[in-house]
Amino acid sequence: MSAKEYRTARSARGGLLVVEKAPGIAFGDRVLIRDHRGRKRNGLVIRSAGNSTLIQVYEGTDDLDLESTWVRFLDQPLEISLSPELLGRIFNGIGDARDGRPPIVSSIRRNINGSAINPAARTYPRKFIQTGISAIDGLNSLVRGQKLPLFSGSGLPHNRLTAQIVRQARLVDEESSFSIVFAAMGVSHSDARFFEEDFASSGVLGNVVMFINLADDPPVERLAVPRVALTAAEYLAFDQDRHVLVILTDMTNYAEALREVATAKGDVPSRKGYPGYLYSDMAEIYERSGRIRDRHGSITLLPVVSMPSDDITHPIPDLTGYITEGQIVLSRELHNQGIYPPVHISPSLSRLMKDGIGRDDTRSDHPSVASQLYALYARALETRNLASIVGADELSGQDRRYLEFAEKFDRYFVGQGEDEDRSIIETLNLAWDLLSMFPKQALTRISETDIAKYHHSGKD
Amino acid sequence: MNENTGRGIIREINGPIVTIRLPGVRSGEQVRIGEMGLVGEAIALIGEDAVVQVYESTEGVRPGEPVERLGWPLSVELGPGLLGGIFDGVQRPLEEIYLNSGDHIPRGVVLPALNREKIWHFVPSPECTSGSELAAGAVLGSVRETERIEHRILLPPERHGTLLELAPEGDYRLEDPIGRIRGADGRSHKLKLYHRWPVRNPRPYRRRDNSIVPLITGQRIIDTFFPLIKGGKAAVPGPFGAGKTVVQHQIARWSNADIVIFVGCGERGNELADVLETFPQLLDPLTGRSLMERTLLVANTSNMPVVAREASIYVGLTMAEYYRDQGYDVVMLADSTSRWAEALREVSGRLGQMPVEDGYPAYLASRLAAVYERAGRVETQSGDKGSVTLIGTVSPPGGDFSEPVTAHTKEIIQTYWALSKELADARHYPAIDWVSSFSGHIGVAAEWWHEKVGKKWEQRRAKALALLSRDAELSRIVNLVGPEALSGAQRWELEGAALIKEGVLQQSALDPIDTFSSPEKQYLLLKMMLTIYQKGADLIELGVPVQELRELPMLDKAKRAKQLFNSEQTEKLIELNEEFIQEFEDVRIEYAKFKEHGK
Repeated sequence: MSAKEYRTARSARGGLLVVEKAPGIAFGDRVLIRDHRGRKRNGLVIRSAGNSTLIQVYEGTDDLDLESTWVRFLDQPLEISLSPELLGRIFNGIGDARDGRPPIVSSIRRNINGSAINPAARTYPRKFIQTGISAIDGLNSLVRGQKLPLFSGSGLPHNRLTAQIVRQARLVDEESSFSIVFAAMGVSHSDARFFEEDFASSGVLGNVVMFINLADDPPVERLAVPRVALTAAEYLAFDQDRHVLVILTDMTNYAEALREVATAKGDVPSRKGYPGYLYSDMAEIYERSGRIRDRHGSITLLPVVSMPSDDITHPIPDLTGYITEGQIVLSRELHNQGIYPPVHISPSLSRLMKDGIGRDDTRSDHPSVASQLYALYARALETRNLASIVGADELSGQDRRYLEFAEKFDRYFVGQGEDEDRSIIETLNLAWDLLSMFPKQALTRISETDIAKYHHSGKD
Repeated sequence: MNENTGRGIIREINGPIVTIRLPGVRSGEQVRIGEMGLVGEAIALIGEDAVVQVYESTEGVRPGEPVERLGWPLSVELGPGLLGGIFDGVQRPLEEIYLNSGDHIPRGVVLPALNREKIWHFVPSPECTSGSELAAGAVLGSVRETERIEHRILLPPERHGTLLELAPEGDYRLEDPIGRIRGADGRSHKLKLYHRWPVRNPRPYRRRDNSIVPLITGQRIIDTFFPLIKGGKAAVPGPFGAGKTVVQHQIARWSNADIVIFVGCGERGNELADVLETFPQLLDPLTGRSLMERTLLVANTSNMPVVAREASIYVGLTMAEYYRDQGYDVVMLADSTSRWAEALREVSGRLGQMPVEDGYPAYLASRLAAVYERAGRVETQSGDKGSVTLIGTVSPPGGDFSEPVTAHTKEIIQTYWALSKELADARHYPAIDWVSSFSGHIGVAAEWWHEKVGKKWEQRRAKALALLSRDAELSRIVNLVGPEALSGAQRWELEGAALIKEGVLQQSALDPIDTFSSPEKQYLLLKMMLTIYQKGADLIELGVPVQELRELPMLDKAKRAKQLFNSEQTEKLIELNEEFIQEFEDVRIEYAKFKEHGK
């Protein structure tokens, strides 16, 4: 570590500091800044030339006096200490303790940027995770090692749903539960407290590491939060053999912080002012999930993305959807009807579902039941549209059956209690209650054997 | 290259873009950067400085560190041992990197793409004798690369002259000399089992050839409705979740190409893991051999360095052209060209170039066109026929097909499989939208179908598409005023379209029988649906109420036929068709009786 301090800061704005006459500074190095009141700030070198060095300051550049700002280059990247002691602790966005307890002491320190997993080292995710939520387990199953975001909107119950998943998620055939890495970026005090209390009351707190950056913390720090959290997750999963569930909330705040810094740097903007590298930047985060050959642990990622103005084509949810393996979409309409969790089935998707369900994992009829429910629901939504034009009285008997199906599907299949933990078998049986509203031959996506076995009229 | 030893220093680091001062460096030349020895490519020369794009993360690199010229442009190794492998965007072997360095990709690794230790059994071509005059690209001999692929050892494209000697049949390693040739320069050059080629230069060939056969993919909506030819170029645009990757994987699995090159460009790591785990176990329906024997992967996943993403497409194309030059039909799948274009955008942004549309540089359209232009069927330098078929996915932001990459791509390609969010939401897969997709190869494909499968292919295809377009029209009416407004004949048209949609177009990649459909099966299925529609329409004309026909159990049975009978059981499909005709006949007779009686 170099002891030399530079007092050559030339400009400070928008979280970026330019220091001159500091030669040979490594790109990506960690920086320690002492301001005129003696307070310490952390930074990272994001551009390095012989005569000027650009530093991104995690605590922001407000209230700096350039004349009396001392900058020290630490000659190392931003790292965090790792040990099993992480569990049960609360940290800020760059990994400093936030719970008043001493810092983690460990010989293991790792760069928060990690490095790309070799695609040849990956193992394809295949194990079904039961979340106890029918709309997810039955129709958009989560698989261990998957990255499946929750697309939500302001005022929708994504926090409650996330907390419920954390409480209930487990593997069907194993006792081991998940260790949780919880990363909050720009969330409100009340949201952060909600999670803390929920983890405490359900007794999982000792199995959770929290990295919290609140809405009034500096935005630049948000850029480090997911990286710090995933570095901890990688350690727990691949060094400590744990199955780790990582919650990132809210990626929209993260992307906005990225835009803020990019704009200050003068990067060329692309859509809606976000930098062209938003995709690659988010991919560096999301792709740290998964499974690795010959390693027991895994990282399953559940990012929360709130869609600005409920717009799924907004760059943040849009680019997220291109990287993640599906998405769970919450609907304001269902929420307004009092349905919890308000999961909108049509745009929701789990790409890895096909490899985690079926005879060996859940039940043999699961894939075709899911496909059939989707098809019927799509048809039912069309009928609903029609009914809103011509009136329900004008519909044929067959069409009215679809309406009734949609109604029951929303209420009893998608809708469930916040404490209701349904097993996958319960979910599938519930599905057959709904499917049995239709005659057997209408179920074209299900094999005759399964129909004979599960259709209610076939059970006599 | 006497300036090869020239060394210089780093001046500035801005992410993957590094400015260096290195006298004599050429534009496009490879350079080694800093103490870690990261490799990059000089992309611009400005006065004494050169701008380098680096294929790896530049974290920890400092101004003042040394740089070194390597003396050659970005090139790949071409020789036996490529098939079955997985390479990164600059052709480093990822499996070997995993064995050497573990789970993550370290920086500054230098490993040759091809295994130097492996022994290959070389059989020289009989016509290559000492003293014979060889033209560039001549076939010197062959080795068996995999059970199904005979790898022809080619004279490098820029070499020709008198063969001085050629090794006898026997076992050789890649670096072993297998012969010598006296070139046009009068000097003697050693020949090996492999050679190098710069990826940004298309490999030469004698002439372009007209493509004459469709690429059979076993996917009904592709083969029957929007065919692609061997040597053609296709694009698959679609919003996320519409199934681009599944379409690509299905083509990689089932198409009747000799070689499949899959370039995962800025996409998910798990998708490559999926291919690596499943392909070795999957058998090719045509040869019964493992699919991995004809497949090779280039992987630059979305979290890998963005500059290597730009290179990955060229690396894949060069390997594709190399197998084309051996006389093979190669399919290259690029997933996704949007990520490639974004890599261009990122580099151009960092260079401060003026953006035109959505931040993309002005040269986006010309670069895209140049990439797709490397597809085609050619007469190779040695007189064989080979082809490269290029299929690129496009990931339009927000599913907006008017964005620059989709719009420019659409102008270049001839076959367009547009994926629709609405179809995917209704779980209609493959979600290829029959309204906005197109194929410019109907004429060529028709000749093949008429000769090999059946004379009515073009006619039936047109009939089915007409019915589908009627369906779209009538559905709009239904949505406005309800189904009661339609006549019986019109409602039967809706039913006919549903038969085509569910019985032919929808195809499950997961169902072991349905996942692949031979041309014969495709032909018969379409025939069956159209027969049912036609017979029903005839009955409605006679006065049979449409409701009665809609409740016929045969409709559901016909929709299931695709899953009941595999590609070999064509006679079952013919039987079923006869059965249905008979059923209609029974309805007709019954109805005639009923009418008689009624009178």
